[in-house]
Amino acid sequence: MNELAPISREQRVENLKGLGCSRKRVEDVRFTQGRGNYVDDLKLPGMLYGDFVRSPYAHARVKSVDKSAALAVPGVVAVLTAEDLAPLNLHWMPTLAGDKQMVLADGKVLFQGQEVAFVVANDRYVAADAAELVVIDYEELPVVVDPFKALEPGAPVLREDLDGQTTGAHGDRRHHNHIFLWEAGDKAATDEVISSAEVVAEEMVYYHRTHPCPLETCGCVASMDAVNGKLTVHGTFQAPHVVRTVASLLSGIEEHKIRVVSPDIGGGFGNKVGVYPGYVCAIVASIVTGKPVKWIEDRMENLTATAFARDYWMKGRIAATKDGRITALSCHVTADHGAFDACADPTKFPAGFFSIMTGSYDIPVAHVGVDGVYTNKAPGGVAYRCSFRVTEAAYFIERMIEVLAIELGMDAAELRRINFIRKEQFPYQSALGWEYDSGDYHTAWDKALTAIDYQGLRREQADRVEAFRRGETRKLLGIGLTHFTEIVGAGPVKNCDILGMGMFDSCEIRIHPTGSAVARLGTISQGQGHATTFAQILASEIGLPADSITVEEGDTDTAPYGLGTYGSRSTPVAGAATAMAGRKIRAKAQMIAAYLLEVHDGDLEWDVDRFVVKGAPERFKTMKDIAYASYNQAIPGVEPGLEAVSYYDPPNMTYPFGAYICVMEVDVDTGVCDVRQFYALDDCGTRINPMVIEGQVHGGLTEALAIAMGQEIAYDEIGNVKTATLMDFFLPTAWETPHYTTDFTETPSPHHPIGAKGVGESPNVGGVPAFSNAVHDAFRAFGLRQSHMPHDHWRVWKIAHDLGLHG
Amino acid sequence: MIPAAFEYHRPTDLAAALATLGEFGDEARVVAGGHSLIPMMKLRMAEIGHVVDLQDIADLKGIRIDGTAVWIGAMTTQHELIGHQGLAAAAPILRETALQIADPQVRYVGTIGGNVANGDPGNDMPALMQCLDATFTLAGPNGSREVAARDFYEGAYVTLREDDEILTGIRFEATGGGQAYEKQKRKIGDYATAAAAAILKKDGTSCSAASIAMTNLSDMPVWSKAAGDALVGTACAAADIDAAVAAALGDISPNADNRGPVEFKRHVAGIIIRRAIEQAWARA
Repeated sequence: MNELAPISREQRVENLKGLGCSRKRVEDVRFTQGRGNYVDDLKLPGMLYGDFVRSPYAHARVKSVDKSAALAVPGVVAVLTAEDLAPLNLHWMPTLAGDKQMVLADGKVLFQGQEVAFVVANDRYVAADAAELVVIDYEELPVVVDPFKALEPGAPVLREDLDGQTTGAHGDRRHHNHIFLWEAGDKAATDEVISSAEVVAEEMVYYHRTHPCPLETCGCVASMDAVNGKLTVHGTFQAPHVVRTVASLLSGIEEHKIRVVSPDIGGGFGNKVGVYPGYVCAIVASIVTGKPVKWIEDRMENLTATAFARDYWMKGRIAATKDGRITALSCHVTADHGAFDACADPTKFPAGFFSIMTGSYDIPVAHVGVDGVYTNKAPGGVAYRCSFRVTEAAYFIERMIEVLAIELGMDAAELRRINFIRKEQFPYQSALGWEYDSGDYHTAWDKALTAIDYQGLRREQADRVEAFRRGETRKLLGIGLTHFTEIVGAGPVKNCDILGMGMFDSCEIRIHPTGSAVARLGTISQGQGHATTFAQILASEIGLPADSITVEEGDTDTAPYGLGTYGSRSTPVAGAATAMAGRKIRAKAQMIAAYLLEVHDGDLEWDVDRFVVKGAPERFKTMKDIAYASYNQAIPGVEPGLEAVSYYDPPNMTYPFGAYICVMEVDVDTGVCDVRQFYALDDCGTRINPMVIEGQVHGGLTEALAIAMGQEIAYDEIGNVKTATLMDFFLPTAWETPHYTTDFTETPSPHHPIGAKGVGESPNVGGVPAFSNAVHDAFRAFGLRQSHMPHDHWRVWKIAHDLGLHG
Repeated sequence: MIPAAFEYHRPTDLAAALATLGEFGDEARVVAGGHSLIPMMKLRMAEIGHVVDLQDIADLKGIRIDGTAVWIGAMTTQHELIGHQGLAAAAPILRETALQIADPQVRYVGTIGGNVANGDPGNDMPALMQCLDATFTLAGPNGSREVAARDFYEGAYVTLREDDEILTGIRFEATGGGQAYEKQKRKIGDYATAAAAAILKKDGTSCSAASIAMTNLSDMPVWSKAAGDALVGTACAAADIDAAVAAALGDISPNADNRGPVEFKRHVAGIIIRRAIEQAWARA
């Protein structure tokens, strides 16, 4: 079985296409040919279609629902309302955040677009026509869209179901629209340092409400097999196993009788983590009718009703010495959660990992308090391409640093440099309780500043300001700096769970006799390229070519239990499980090789794709040889076959970081901002596939551009969504997307088996403050301290206007 | 995003299309590229019982240039306008404008006839047609009539076209001059925050003729005679352009929307009108 013509060691490494190889994405063969298989492509015999009747009002009592006209439409099979779901106790459902939410309106509606009735018909068009005929009598109630007004004494009561409940899932509720107060850090010590500090900068930083808006909206096909009692749900699920468990708990169907399948998913970005009323209604409708039921939301439904992101009002205070050493940081957040607390955070973290807000800086003492508030807006608060509330935290600290630099009259790059956690301080204990695993911020920062000629840019900016003052130009130059630190890879089971499920992840590997393999994981790719990159991890671990390894995810009947893909957790957790399972394969392979070579296990050493007898390089067995032997040799004390499974409980999170710099031209007359240059340095630890990393960075930066420069979910004062279509909700095309320059440093995670940290979300986390800081920086010479995102044309124009730059 | 049921008609000649409109009255609407009508139907903001698709009527397509006389069939797509070399020479502003409408996919399907006939104040071609002093041909049950673009619009989605008429073509005299269409929008696919068309003729060093029109700055396109008059006879110096911009701003009344409040739009309009005038003058 050995190769006839020996090839070089380098060639053998190359053949594996393992770690560090810019292997082309295997998924793209089908995606670029339109051969993906998405949930809406699924057509089952006899399938029915569901459509929602949604509330046009943000707050109203539902006095009656008349479904007779809808039921009379030929082809309509059922019209479900809360009344129909109540006997099953499914008119409400638990949220991931310890709250509950209505599946269908139970007596009242609390946000525009809320689900009121579910029409099921034998044709999608008939369902839509019938939905128009459901007559609902509403009595409008006063609307609250401002979280500060929601907490005023006389504010309308939104959640009548919680009447009299003074404690919630996360402690005391001090007002009928208050959800929780979550705190971390030492408040007394922080306040004391701030009150006696040489310099204090105080600012309200708002991170507006936006939406992940994946290209594919949410949907499912629920199919109850009445003969064998098995429920199969195909859907857009970022966490299929969690959906299976939730479905079992809600429906009472035993978990082995439920199969959840995530087929190809057209982007998730956190939008597809939670459980939505559409899933519950489709499942109930399938059980009731005995037929498969498909529900697919349209774009407006996606933007108005399924999970939003952000909406954090962050009041910050940062204290420093006169020479710029930061001494304390404090933040109070008013968090607008909408009508139900449906954030998708680990259970014990109602504000996610917002306490990473000390960022890349060595801040001795800090405190954060987050008040969750109910308003008449859609529920959600998901981690839109970031680990839980990490992008809010990164935006907060990177704005506060800029504001402090203004207060001190200091260069913002230098202010960052003197406050960075130093390389020798890792592992670093942050004031808010995190242990940063590794980092080398000064090296990354210096590399970035040199790459863009920072001093030269500052000179150009100063010249521009002078030219502007002389009336020679109407454009200003902004230099947007960001050094971010993320916390990803949730997470250690001891403190991270979703509905009680520890946030481990898993990988199961089967090596086939002829030397190829299948690996199944508990995660699910939504565009990340897992089939490409996890095969590379495994190729380097077990010495079989990545091209000979199939990666499968998303089918709960075959994949090992895992917590899914979000929060950049796939590589830190499932990627680690993959490496560990690979090592189990290799350990067994070593015993087989020893038997075949008639030596002791300890006399062998691993070399790329084979075990070699120490000191006798001509005596070896490749992994391919060993795979075959494992199926056809009776080896004493060794079971036949070559398989392994690993459930990996990470000992810590990983802490990717990066240095981003945006150079922006700002037209003060029109508010138009053009990105002239964007430099992104990422340190995600060990780099698995540089090409995939670059693609991730490009995509994340483009989403960050969207968020910073125009993308928002805006409401008017009576709770109408003003940005419910892609005309008003900014989704950049190639036209709006600037050129990006990517770069890297490589600081491996000390606790991850291959040192990888995750990268998919870094560009969103770091990109938003970089773009926003560039806008702010353009106006620094004219006195701007803080202006809220999104920086669309009119808001930028208004900055200039308010600063008197329009003459 | 699913429309109510409707009947689909696809006539192959104008007479058949007019007959269908006559038969179903205000329950029928013609569809050209469909970029305005179909989304409104999907949103169920327009319930149309009978959709009359004009795409198979060959007589409504084409671009003819005879000396300075230009005729463009209503069903000519924006893509075809952009690609037509003769048109680019006769009236380059048409290509410049069409290239600023949405994206290539939209322009492959969207037509100039639909763009001008729908009466949407966000559409770019109506103001351009006013700037060019174009004439629209409307065919109805009793034959054809012609209406000047500068008279055609009465309000948002309200025009002089009767329900039983079809806009079949556009004609104008291509009389040259420096031409420019300037547009500010939030992104590809958006309507203008402000847009302006300018055509200026130069005689020696002075402006001999000027036509200025604006998009999405009122509930219909605005041709500002006063703005043009302010430039004629001048050398288009800074003060002259100031006067023209002031005159143009006197003729608009923008509405607040997600693009921004009125104060912002008026300010941006002034900038965009000025840029259009300066660009057109530089090209004159």
